[in-house]
Amino acid sequence: MSAVKTRRDVLGTSSLRPDGNAKVKGDFAFTSDLHAENMLWGATLRSPHPHARIISIDTSAAWKIGGVECVITSEDVPGQLTYGLISSDQPVFARDVVRYMGEPVAAVAADHPETCRRALAAIKVEYEVLPVLSNAEDAIGDAFIPIHPDGNLIRQQRIVHGDTSVEGDVIVEGHYVIGMQDQAFLGTESAMALPDPDGQGVQVFVATQWLHEDQKQMAACLNLPAEKIRLVLGGVGGAFGAREDISLQVHTALLALRTSRPVKMQYGREESFFGHVHRHPATVWMRHHATKEGKIVKIEARFVFDGGAYASTSAAVLINGVTHTQGPYKCPAAVVDGYAVRTNNPPCGAMRGFGVVQACFAHEGQMDKLAAAVGTDPVSIRLLNAMETGDTLITGQPVESVAPVARLIRETNEIPLPAELPSDANELDLPGGSGITAERQHIKRGIGWGVSIKNIMYSEGFDDYSTAKCTLSDGKVTLKFATSEVGQGFVTLAPQIARSVLGVTDAVCDTIDTQIGSAGSTSASRQTWMSGGAVDGACRLVRERLFEHVGAKNNIDPIRFAIEDDEIVDTAGTFRMSVIEASQGLTISETFEHHHRKTEELDDNGQGNCHVAFAFVAHRAVVDVDPELGLVKVVQVATAQDVGQVLNPLSLLGQIEGGIAQGLGLAVMEEIIVQDGRVRNPSFTDYLLPTALDAPVVVARMIEEYEPQAPLGAKGVGEPPCISVTPAIVAAIRDAIGKDIPRCPVRPQDICL
Amino acid sequence: MSVLIPHSITDASEMLAQNPTATILNGGTDLMVEVNFNHRRPESVVLLRNIPELREWSSDSSKGTITIGAGLPYAHIEKGEIATLVPALAQAARTVGSPQIRAAGTIGGNLGTCSPAGDTLPVLSALEALVHLQSVDGSRTVPIAEFMVGPKRNSRQANEVITAVTLPITGQRQGYSKVGVRNAMVISVASACFAVVKGEPRFAMGSVGPTILRANEAESYLASHAADINNVTDEVAKEFGRIAASESRPIDDHRSTAAYRQHAIGVLATRLAQRGI
Ligand SMILES: Cc1cc2nc3c(=O)[nH]c(=O)nc-3n(C[C@H](O)[C@H](O)[C@H](O)COP(=O)(O)OP(=O)(O)OC[C@H]3O[C@@H](n4cnc5c(N)ncnc54)[C@H](O)[C@@H]3O)c2cc1C
Repeated sequence: MSAVKTRRDVLGTSSLRPDGNAKVKGDFAFTSDLHAENMLWGATLRSPHPHARIISIDTSAAWKIGGVECVITSEDVPGQLTYGLISSDQPVFARDVVRYMGEPVAAVAADHPETCRRALAAIKVEYEVLPVLSNAEDAIGDAFIPIHPDGNLIRQQRIVHGDTSVEGDVIVEGHYVIGMQDQAFLGTESAMALPDPDGQGVQVFVATQWLHEDQKQMAACLNLPAEKIRLVLGGVGGAFGAREDISLQVHTALLALRTSRPVKMQYGREESFFGHVHRHPATVWMRHHATKEGKIVKIEARFVFDGGAYASTSAAVLINGVTHTQGPYKCPAAVVDGYAVRTNNPPCGAMRGFGVVQACFAHEGQMDKLAAAVGTDPVSIRLLNAMETGDTLITGQPVESVAPVARLIRETNEIPLPAELPSDANELDLPGGSGITAERQHIKRGIGWGVSIKNIMYSEGFDDYSTAKCTLSDGKVTLKFATSEVGQGFVTLAPQIARSVLGVTDAVCDTIDTQIGSAGSTSASRQTWMSGGAVDGACRLVRERLFEHVGAKNNIDPIRFAIEDDEIVDTAGTFRMSVIEASQGLTISETFEHHHRKTEELDDNGQGNCHVAFAFVAHRAVVDVDPELGLVKVVQVATAQDVGQVLNPLSLLGQIEGGIAQGLGLAVMEEIIVQDGRVRNPSFTDYLLPTALDAPVVVARMIEEYEPQAPLGAKGVGEPPCISVTPAIVAAIRDAIGKDIPRCPVRPQDICL
Repeated sequence: MSVLIPHSITDASEMLAQNPTATILNGGTDLMVEVNFNHRRPESVVLLRNIPELREWSSDSSKGTITIGAGLPYAHIEKGEIATLVPALAQAARTVGSPQIRAAGTIGGNLGTCSPAGDTLPVLSALEALVHLQSVDGSRTVPIAEFMVGPKRNSRQANEVITAVTLPITGQRQGYSKVGVRNAMVISVASACFAVVKGEPRFAMGSVGPTILRANEAESYLASHAADINNVTDEVAKEFGRIAASESRPIDDHRSTAAYRQHAIGVLATRLAQRGI
């Protein structure tokens, strides 16, 4: 490897983002910056009620406003009236009933956003307000009438594993509450649709995580063949799961088809809070049974995930939650009950960590309780129970992935603790920050731990393959794929792979669109593995053909060739030729589909090899707390992450630091507050994200143990950083103040009242 | 929408007289948010940014006062000479939003909006500032307590420009504290200003009532029980906090709870009574 690393921008180097400069300078075109000649603006009318019957919709006044070109409601949807990632249960526009506050009821296209606003105001919708199902527990059983034809229970899953009659010498129990987090990407939902001149198709630029899934759902709702809907990835300003579901895609395309004019839609920040799914709020009960020494012998648990009004990915989030009950620890027996339910709260679905965040918050709370109960410390209890490769999960699935859990804990523990707060500490370094609420003597410091296991790729029998095409021409490589670049850096990684495999310098990415097979979703920490595998595979096929070509020309068996730096070398002779020279006048193009190994569905007892692979991480948080005011400053987060191979250290560090900031948000401030189905804080004034003053010093170790299952030996790294940092920070707060706090985010009153 | 751009206070007053429905715009950090959210749709705007007089400040050593133009952005208040003369105001200014907001936002705008969470307002209240207003009818000066009349309501007439505020240079202890759920750039959940003026303690509270509240009972308790106002004992400071908390009138909302706000204001009172000793 070391010789290769001397070359620029190959695998293992901190190759820079091709769009990095443009983004920093403000030159990068996000989807919301797009413009087309003769373009109309689209806007959405949304329900003001969390639950109501629609008595009538009168759009006549809106049509009469000058500049208004089109008004559409559910009546105008030409195809399937509903859509959804797992089950098609969500209306394109509400028809008879609205089931959450902000549900789309109608859309307009007009010459100006201001005209759109007037048109929306002119649409008269008569509602009959219905009782609101807001408590997730009420959605289980018959306490509430079904609010949807599919019923109030989205999915239930039981896990029964091992000898469930076992009782521990020591038993610890906890009830945990996780609040509703928002992905809070900075670039709000946006799309621009350009209708085909014949009106039989449409091209749509959209910020999304999965072009082909959008295409499929749009085709069904628009009643068009999929190939008539050509999707192009517009510049994406973050995703974190919130762009897995359809939001404005069908609306924008339909308005464009109806008006035969380009239409752009873009949500404002407030609308964005209603326009995408959020992280599931959840309640988790866990009871751990252990030996006197603290070895886990059984776990009992119950999960309730509030899915909100529509199913989205709730069923899969639930499975992730329940199957990660044990955390990264050995556990021979378990009884777990999990429910994902429907309520009149905002729909919830994918967000970084996908169900595992909720499980981890609970199991890590339990590990600390267990440590206290057996009289040991947080590190020892975790080392005692640490999972290893070859262990069996509570689903019966063997852990085949590299599982360096004990090493992660040890390496994290070796990272030096931060210095004590000096007696003359700057107020900006104290909890309360610029508010100057405390002095040094008011502050207490705490330390907390969190360790997690996260499945990567899709589960339960789903074949989430990825496709890539590599074209080598005159020493230059062009890579084509439909992999959504949402900021994670695949547009940096893909050329790195090509440079390493093919010995080229010049490698670029083609337009990301649906003119090639699916890449699957940019989620589940899967693109480096899946699309990385596809690009690697395509580049290898091209390399083979190049070797054949050079071999035939020079009468050398191509099997003897290898790439060394930028040259083809004969490993059994003296022949050398630069790749540029060898590919002069030649175009070789190959497409490759990467599939991961098959997985299985779970049976009624939650048994089955349902996940592809796992990644692990350990976090230690040091937190300063003002116990009297309940304010917190996270001082340092130390982390060791199981990454397989480091393919780009800078990108990887970006994922680690960003994930930690996002997990910190869930620990101490980020929560969508919902009362009786109503969102109370749909703005960045009141939905608080961490600022630079809230972000801790991050000290990270990237633990490289080559993952043989992974195409590049590298595990997905996107989700793990945000998962166990939340419980680590909350544990540190508990440690500082000596009080049990069962929920996140931790609010000041949870600490001091 | 028309935008009028006066270059003097007199011009501005005349434009306001001629356009009775005009809205004043200074830094725009409150107004433009309202416009973006469609809460307000001004027909015409009078922009104050190009009036140099509004961005000036001066101190009068004979009277022991400082007068700060209503259009001076926070960035010029949070540090420099003003910060040494009225440290509590500088501390309050530093807590406002982000550097971008502080480069644009002004005390005039804070007074114009008159939110119970306005950060400079508890300082103006504790220091018993005078608010200067001007219109075509002349100028007048209103004590801050009479200026703030309710939640987001003040006694400014529609044709008046807030031109400046005058504060005493006390040369004595003063401080501002603000509690929010984030370490910077946050709307206050509870805020407070403590100041000693001519040997007497003053305590004003933000975000715990419909407008800024003065803790009169707590002030008199401290005045009579602190043998030395610059050496308040733990016990007296605690009781001062308890009384101040009892004088707060907070509500539950999505930002916090009444119980927490009341508790926090008590803690701030106790700490501020002893800060800088
Ligand atoms: C991101 C963000 C963060 C913020 N954080 C804080 C914070 O932490 N603390 C805080 O207190 N505020 C905060 N604010 C609110 C705002 O910045 C302040 O209230 C600021 O003082 C407003 O000043 P301005 O000059 O921008 O006012 P403008 O928006 O220009 O005006 C506000 C109101 O006052 C009127 N007005 C302005 N100047 C005059 C005048 N000279 N005479 C008469 N009427 C006038 C206007 O007509 C308008 O009604 C924040 C705002 C934003 C957008």
